[in-house]
Amino acid sequence: MTYTNMPLVEISGLSKSYGKHQVLNDLHITLPQGVHALLGPNGAGKTTLVNILSTLIPFSSGEARVLGLDVHRDRKKLQGLISLTGQYAAVDGALSGIENMVMMGQLFGLSRRDAKRRSDELLERFELSKAAAKRVATYSGGMRRKLDIAASLIAGPQLIFLDEPTTGLDTRSRQALWDEINTLAAAGTSIFLTTQYLEEADVLAERIMVLHGGGIVAEGTAVQLKQRVGGSTIQLHDDAGHIIETLPTQGDAADLAQQLAAISQQRPEVSVTVRKPTLDEVFLELTGARSPSVSPTTKSDKKEVSQ
Amino acid sequence: MTKTATRPTSRVPARNIETHSAEPMSGANFVTGLIVFSVRSLKHSFRDAESLLMAVILPIMLMLIFTYVMGGAMDVTGDGATSSAQYLSYVLPAIVVTAAGFGASYTAVVVSNDMTTGFMNRLRTMPFPSVTVLLGHTVSSMVRNLMATAVVFAVALAVGFRTDASAAQLAGSVGLVALWILVITVVFAVLGMVAGSAESASGYGFMLLFLPYVSSGFAPVESMPNWLQGFAQHQPMTPIIDASRASLNGETPGNEWWIGILWCTGFVVLAVWMAAVLFPKKVAR
Repeated sequence: MTYTNMPLVEISGLSKSYGKHQVLNDLHITLPQGVHALLGPNGAGKTTLVNILSTLIPFSSGEARVLGLDVHRDRKKLQGLISLTGQYAAVDGALSGIENMVMMGQLFGLSRRDAKRRSDELLERFELSKAAAKRVATYSGGMRRKLDIAASLIAGPQLIFLDEPTTGLDTRSRQALWDEINTLAAAGTSIFLTTQYLEEADVLAERIMVLHGGGIVAEGTAVQLKQRVGGSTIQLHDDAGHIIETLPTQGDAADLAQQLAAISQQRPEVSVTVRKPTLDEVFLELTGARSPSVSPTTKSDKKEVSQ
Repeated sequence: MTKTATRPTSRVPARNIETHSAEPMSGANFVTGLIVFSVRSLKHSFRDAESLLMAVILPIMLMLIFTYVMGGAMDVTGDGATSSAQYLSYVLPAIVVTAAGFGASYTAVVVSNDMTTGFMNRLRTMPFPSVTVLLGHTVSSMVRNLMATAVVFAVALAVGFRTDASAAQLAGSVGLVALWILVITVVFAVLGMVAGSAESASGYGFMLLFLPYVSSGFAPVESMPNWLQGFAQHQPMTPIIDASRASLNGETPGNEWWIGILWCTGFVVLAVWMAAVLFPKKVAR
């Protein structure tokens, strides 16, 4: 049986509740191999879904298969094909980078020698060779993350789960990690990642699912999601830059020309910008955190959500 | 070999090391897991210089204080005579047990750290028996505490402890104490597992550390007030310390030896059962 040809994830009727709190509600998802992002705000149930698919926690009802294997019945076999990189770096601060790597390799069933060889390769690739002998407690946040992901690759998994891989990283580390993840995907590793940022999902994933209130509220490519939210708008500004009017537009040249002609006749003094909804606006709208109309107060809205 | 212009062979791309295993990784077996985690925990112990130092210095301090400060005033034989040397041979098992309690409480902290930081979560998605993590901490705690025990005995000999116990009696004495060290280690491991944080884990265990004081370990039970005697006589520390002390001083312990072993076995079974029930349910969030 080749696991590379199996559907990555097949979920039907999956529900999970903690006591009376329903976290996931009757999910139906089928995904091919590739890179998939699960997008949603805090508390949407992203981590719960990842934990279920990576065999960490049981679910209340339904069925879930990963790489064609039942996450419950074929647990051990599945565990030999996947790896989980959780929200908090699961590396041991008292051990060195290389010791962490070799330990993980041995636990996956590699011989000490093979584990050592793979560790050297991966540490070099993740530019951690110089720090390999240092205790992980001395690493920066970005280095810990990189080591965390390197360790999850030690046994050549077919699928890796990345739970909010760049949360808490600075822009440079985030960019570097994105590059690594894309390299990994290009080499044929399937990736299931969660994120709170549509931008991140856009950069990394072929397909994005938006999880909100325990269900998938939207899915598709970033472009498709943007289209779903609504088209571009023409904004009219006064001299001080304040928006005085917002008009919907199809966004194509013909429609713009027509509308601009009308505006220039009525109010030749206003300045005009055409804008598309930002990724943040798309995200907030899809997750029902704000009213559908595109408004310039997005920033303060976003603050509320992220708190 | 024919001479042909050799093109440089295209280098294997350095980045292409995503060699997917065609078959699932088998995962480590129980023994490999146990070795890997015992080595890991021992590295933890020996790299944490401060707690290692504490594990050695604390029992020495305890012993010197009890021998020289209290020893001169204690009449443990009831014959009216008091001497430091006499008290030393009386109090030695209690000091070993007390020191081991402090040493074992460290296990609660390290187990709790593993449980709450996400480290354990990753391990649980891997194809090996993850309970070996707990067992590794137990092995390392045993090694650390038996080392501390050896230090205590060495210092005891240095300050004048002498015995005419046979090798078998000494082995029996140390063996019983070692069994109790195992008990408190696994109990602390379970506490570390159920506690929400490392701090509360060591807090819960604090009571255990007081058990030796309310036993025959430091003073005869008969010298305590009546209301305390009942507890002191029948708690597990008293038979264990009595039996260990008897063997240590070349006497033959009676029933206490078996009662002590029963207590230890009971505690270990209880702790293992709790671990087996609770461990699979504990997932850090």
